[in-house]
Amino acid sequence: MIIEPEGLGPGVESRAMAQNKARGPEPLISELSSPGRKGYSLPPMDVEAGRLEDLIPEAYLRKAPPGLPEVSEVDVVRHFIRLSQKNYGVDVGFYPLGSCTMKYNPKVNEYLASLPGFMSLHPYEPEDLVQGALELMYELQQYLCEIGGMDSVSLQPAAGAHGELTGLLMIRAYHEYRGEGQKRTRVIVPDSAHGTNPASAAFCGYKVVEVKSDDRGGVDVRALREIMDDSVAALMLTNPNTLGLFDENIVEVAEIVHEKGGLLYYDGANMNAIMGMARPGDMGFDVLHFNLHKTFSTPHGGGGPGSGPVGVKKALEPFLPVPVVARRDARAGDVQTGNEQAGNGRVEDSRGEGAPRYFLDYDRPLSIGRVRSFYGNFGVMVKAYAYIRALGAKGLKEASEAAVIAANYVLSRLKSHYHVPYDRHCKHEFVISAKNQMEYGVRTSDIAKALLDYGFHAPTIYFPLIVKEAIMVEPTETESKETLDAFCEALIEIADKARSDPEYLHQAPHTTVVGRLDEVTAARKPKLRW
Amino acid sequence: MYPEDLKYTEKHEWVRLEGNRAVIGITSHAQDQLGAIVGIGLPQVGDVVEQGQELADIDSMKTADVIYAPVSGTVVEVNKKLEEHPELINDDPYGEGWVAVIEISNEEEIGSLMSAEEYRALVEEGEEGH
Repeated sequence: MIIEPEGLGPGVESRAMAQNKARGPEPLISELSSPGRKGYSLPPMDVEAGRLEDLIPEAYLRKAPPGLPEVSEVDVVRHFIRLSQKNYGVDVGFYPLGSCTMKYNPKVNEYLASLPGFMSLHPYEPEDLVQGALELMYELQQYLCEIGGMDSVSLQPAAGAHGELTGLLMIRAYHEYRGEGQKRTRVIVPDSAHGTNPASAAFCGYKVVEVKSDDRGGVDVRALREIMDDSVAALMLTNPNTLGLFDENIVEVAEIVHEKGGLLYYDGANMNAIMGMARPGDMGFDVLHFNLHKTFSTPHGGGGPGSGPVGVKKALEPFLPVPVVARRDARAGDVQTGNEQAGNGRVEDSRGEGAPRYFLDYDRPLSIGRVRSFYGNFGVMVKAYAYIRALGAKGLKEASEAAVIAANYVLSRLKSHYHVPYDRHCKHEFVISAKNQMEYGVRTSDIAKALLDYGFHAPTIYFPLIVKEAIMVEPTETESKETLDAFCEALIEIADKARSDPEYLHQAPHTTVVGRLDEVTAARKPKLRW
Repeated sequence: MYPEDLKYTEKHEWVRLEGNRAVIGITSHAQDQLGAIVGIGLPQVGDVVEQGQELADIDSMKTADVIYAPVSGTVVEVNKKLEEHPELINDDPYGEGWVAVIEISNEEEIGSLMSAEEYRALVEEGEEGH
């Protein structure tokens, strides 16, 4: 059954969408403006009013008042509530946006991050007053070391790509320190890489060299051997890669790179597939970034800032950004920044004599310097910390298992309806394509638009670039079988519709507030202001 | 689809040889794969480029890509019209959608370019892949 424009799709979200459609597009707040209407009443001033002309040089004074909307308080409230009701997020419905790990974010994490003791901290407070916050950061560093198989972690980078940049700056500093900075001018990325990888490498001044994928979707080992020499600073890799496939040759790949003195960078975007199962550090990676906002369940994609901590092996530790959160044990006077303390239990809660002290270590002469104001996105760290503590080692492993099972379940249901370019067991996500539908003139963009009619967010499309008409689906571990089934059935119906009524799909979406938008004109001739 | 009088590269550029000048654009296959083209970053007249080096970058609704210099030489003309009307590449890839003209510095490189027939075979082979 194809759902009718009035919206009888699966679940509540479709009914909400039908309501939205009935209500129509929300006007701009400027369009709600009525001359003289006010949303505020200020108390009388208790100081003498100065003259504007005396306060601001004439050249900077406006000739006419700004065109601000004149609206009442209730106009403003209703306007933004209505907009929020039109918004789509993971709290509204299924969001299988491949590579983005749009898992549900438990609300208890929000509660914890908003505790006054965390929320009201000032970054300039003296260390004595923020021991708890520093302890949390220190422990988060330890947990991430353990999960990634690394020796040290910096929490500073504010997002994944920022983590990549930080990691590459450390790699550059490492080669320079060893006197090989001039020689090592190239960074290798696979043709399936996230676009940020070559961008980060180029931004760091490296020449980007592409290595192709083999028939199974992994790095073509023979091609890598041909490219690899002592002019290579690093290889950047995601494993599982952007096809959702685990590269079984990773140990050999690491050997090839290390033999010539290169380093391996792990893009942690796909970490949700392997927690507790495999560690990049054990695979041979020297540097990695985590996406706390993906793997460790903090709102992102318009819902909050990111956080992209970077982990390194011992050899790169001296180059970490400053400051590093460190711990000094009162008795021994030992300073700990690395992983040595991992897993040996909680420190005492009392802050009395003999309790360890946490501090911000700036005394790191080889550091690449600071990469972010203050210490990174602290609120995100609190949520990630809460998530890790709530799940524990066993729970994190189960989360990865469930994510992989969900992806394989959905893939297995879609296999007979969509082309599967690399037909293997996938990890947490998979890539199918619209190759079968193309013969009816239906493209991936039509399929993605049609999914909106069922109340789902569209998957990632046209990525990775090595698959034509790619559709990249990441269900995550937090969805029920019913939701996964509803999504599969929607895609199967769309595949049927591609044969019977391609025009219907060309016109999709039909149930959203606005129909198919002219994205091309919007991109070619954007109107950027009202 | 692939005019016989042009030369091609495996990165999907075409070349029209006019004496020691090479007019350069992207093939109809390339523009179809990119989808609606929405922007282009052109080189500057006077830029010296080497074969295989980045000549221009191109943005489409689907992706961002690079146009590589099919031959080495000096950029002597660029199609400024594309800055306002990138859709010309979609509409007329071999005509009004031309990108730049290079004055060829090493004529031996012309031998490394493909014929229309060779290029067609390359595209068809690609269609069989993923």
